[in-house]
Amino acid sequence: MIVHIIRFALFVTLALGSAPALAVQPDEVMKDPALETRARTLSEELRCLVCQNQSIDDSDAPLARDIRILIRSRIASGETNDAVRAYLVSRYGDFILLKPPFKPETVLLWLSPALVLGAGLAAALFARRRAPRTTPALSAEEEARLAALTGGDTTGG
Amino acid sequence: MIVEIGHFALVLALAAALAQTVVPFWGARVGDGGLMAVGPSAALTQFALIAIAFAALVNAHLTSDFSVLNVAENSHSAVPAIYKISGVWGNHEGSMLLWVLILAVFGALVALFGRALPSALRADALAVQGLISVAFLAFILLTSNPFERLMPAPFEGRDLNPILQDPGLAIHPPLLYLGYVGFSIVYSFAAAALIEGRIDAAWARFVRPFTLVAWSFLTLGIAAGSFWAYYTLGWGGFWFWDPVENASLMPWLAGTAFVHSVAVMEKRDALKVWTIFLAILAFSFSLLGTFLVRSGVLTSVHAFASDPRRGVFILVILALFIFGSFALFAWRAPKLKQGGLFAPISREGALIVNNLLLTTSCATVLFGTLYPLALEQLTGEKITVGAPFFNLTCGALLLTACFVAPFGFSLAWKRGDLLAVAERLTVALVAGAVTAVLGAAWLSGGSVFAPLAAGLAIFVILGTLIEVVMRVRRPGLAPAVALKRALGLPLSFYGAALAHVGLGVTLLGLAGLGFGAETIATLHKGVPERVGPYSITLDWVGERVGPNYKEAATSMTVRSGAAVVAEIAPARRQFAARQMTTTEAGLATLNFGQVYVAIADPTPDGDVPARLYWKPLVTLIWLGAGAMALAGSLSLADRRLRFGAAARAKAGGGSLAQPAQ
Repeated sequence: MIVHIIRFALFVTLALGSAPALAVQPDEVMKDPALETRARTLSEELRCLVCQNQSIDDSDAPLARDIRILIRSRIASGETNDAVRAYLVSRYGDFILLKPPFKPETVLLWLSPALVLGAGLAAALFARRRAPRTTPALSAEEEARLAALTGGDTTGG
Repeated sequence: MIVEIGHFALVLALAAALAQTVVPFWGARVGDGGLMAVGPSAALTQFALIAIAFAALVNAHLTSDFSVLNVAENSHSAVPAIYKISGVWGNHEGSMLLWVLILAVFGALVALFGRALPSALRADALAVQGLISVAFLAFILLTSNPFERLMPAPFEGRDLNPILQDPGLAIHPPLLYLGYVGFSIVYSFAAAALIEGRIDAAWARFVRPFTLVAWSFLTLGIAAGSFWAYYTLGWGGFWFWDPVENASLMPWLAGTAFVHSVAVMEKRDALKVWTIFLAILAFSFSLLGTFLVRSGVLTSVHAFASDPRRGVFILVILALFIFGSFALFAWRAPKLKQGGLFAPISREGALIVNNLLLTTSCATVLFGTLYPLALEQLTGEKITVGAPFFNLTCGALLLTACFVAPFGFSLAWKRGDLLAVAERLTVALVAGAVTAVLGAAWLSGGSVFAPLAAGLAIFVILGTLIEVVMRVRRPGLAPAVALKRALGLPLSFYGAALAHVGLGVTLLGLAGLGFGAETIATLHKGVPERVGPYSITLDWVGERVGPNYKEAATSMTVRSGAAVVAEIAPARRQFAARQMTTTEAGLATLNFGQVYVAIADPTPDGDVPARLYWKPLVTLIWLGAGAMALAGSLSLADRRLRFGAAARAKAGGGSLAQPAQ
């Protein structure tokens, strides 16, 4: 987290000089609340291309602001969120999507949770099959100790 | 002079660590008690030497000795004293020195409290711990020396990064390191057990306190870091699935799995091989985290190349300890004797499910963090794995783990009755389902996560409390008897209960975010602006001067209806030395929720562009984490787990299995 914070601070200094602005600014907000909600949903899924691991919704970078404004103008002109997203991917590549698309290069990534969980389950079942089914018999030493503790009456509880 | 003493002490500490590695290990092989006894003395000596080195560096920072490169680059004479001290670990060299100091603290604890252990086990564990010290001390001395002098000394330092001038820096890294490095002891004991080829419940009983200490500190460290980010970064985000955060989350997930499986091992003598595996895994992730953060490989592949000596050195350490321990595991683990039979439906079975889910989330975080790097290296294609990916995958896994938690807590050891447990938990299940449905109706088509998490949170909290009550109360039991039963339950039981309740509370806090509100607006003086159930009015805008900054300050009033409920003062600070601006959020806590206001620079005519948030229940996120950490220390206070209890239990308990609880 420290490094995140430092990096953020460094970024702010480098990219914005001495007067950084806020992420989404009042003058960007669309008049129609429904369209604005769509714009916000979309901008939360898009990466700020010049920052580390920040969505353009959270970012103070000028480029993020440009993309936020671009999104809003496209939504205002009647495009669907999917169309805007497709346009941005054609321009900047999959890199801009915070959630990587499901495709041959990312199959392993998306399936990794299922694969690991499956492997774990298989290992657990395998270990169970190999384990002895019944409680092993007591050794002679343990028998003697049990006898001493129960006063010779090994049949009782 | 003091600085040179510190440097020299660090070199001597390396020698002590070498002795701690070689002598007791050799002693254990030839069965020489005298050689084995060198281990504890060397560990204590090493601790004293590193403490001297650390004190020397603290002194250099406190006295603003700018002839030391580390001080000149990371401090300033005008910085308040507390930040001069925390500045010691606010940089690479100093934080590595803190890392080895904590490593030595844990080694010294084993030396002091490990007398009850079989001497060969203790000797081997201290030897492994010593080897870790050797590696990291060599790393510091060869590539990251904090005592390097600067000639000629500058008149003034370059200042500590303003964002780090915060109580957050004073507490977050030490807590995190206590957690990270605490798992080294567990790792050393796992390696020692593998070398010895023997492991039993006494091993678990000795290791468990260290595990609980490390886990509790790691929990607190992560919580402190996320709270710091929450109020510092200016938009109220507290978790970003940033690679650096993931680096601390992975040991926590593996450590949480370990805390659970070591309990099974201690009580039921089962899951031994798995527990050893997790012990190695938890510390391996700590090392991996250290590597990822310290080498800079994640920020960019080029940052790694810009200082290749450091990156490569840590990579070698990482490979040595991770592959070395897994090789040892593959070679020796099949020889360990398994024990403790149980049916699939039992507390052991539930804990296995818990372990599977936690380790799978851990693996998912690992994949998600490293996949983009690997893909870019292999195909040149750049992708991003961000919050939406982790929320979906880890979210699903961890929510499932939360659902299993009350069942595991209520099932009996060895052979459980799932139907009976479900019956006991009916009230909690119904309450959770009702909460989820009401929440979904309230949001009407909004996020699915928030109502689901709220319902689960209620189920976890109620389910845990029901179990506690059931343990104590039976129909027709006199209150005095019930009280006696309550006092008779082991502290570790209450610890487990509190940890689960804490988990539910944190989850409730996370769920609350889905019910929040946000307003982006330009505030005019005297004109109220609504956010959620509150309204916020800008009363004053002005300039103020602090010790090493000047700020654009404001004051605002938070009202609920007509009644004033809080005053806040969000600001923006300008730090001259580094030409940086920070956002000081205005925060007001109202019924576990918070009003959060962050401002941009005021306009010339006195208006303030601002983001206003209402975040209901948000404080529960950290209160829950605090409860989990407290739960760790509660279990730690349990009589059976005190240091040295292993010997007494071994003498008295013999080889008879403990009765199931």
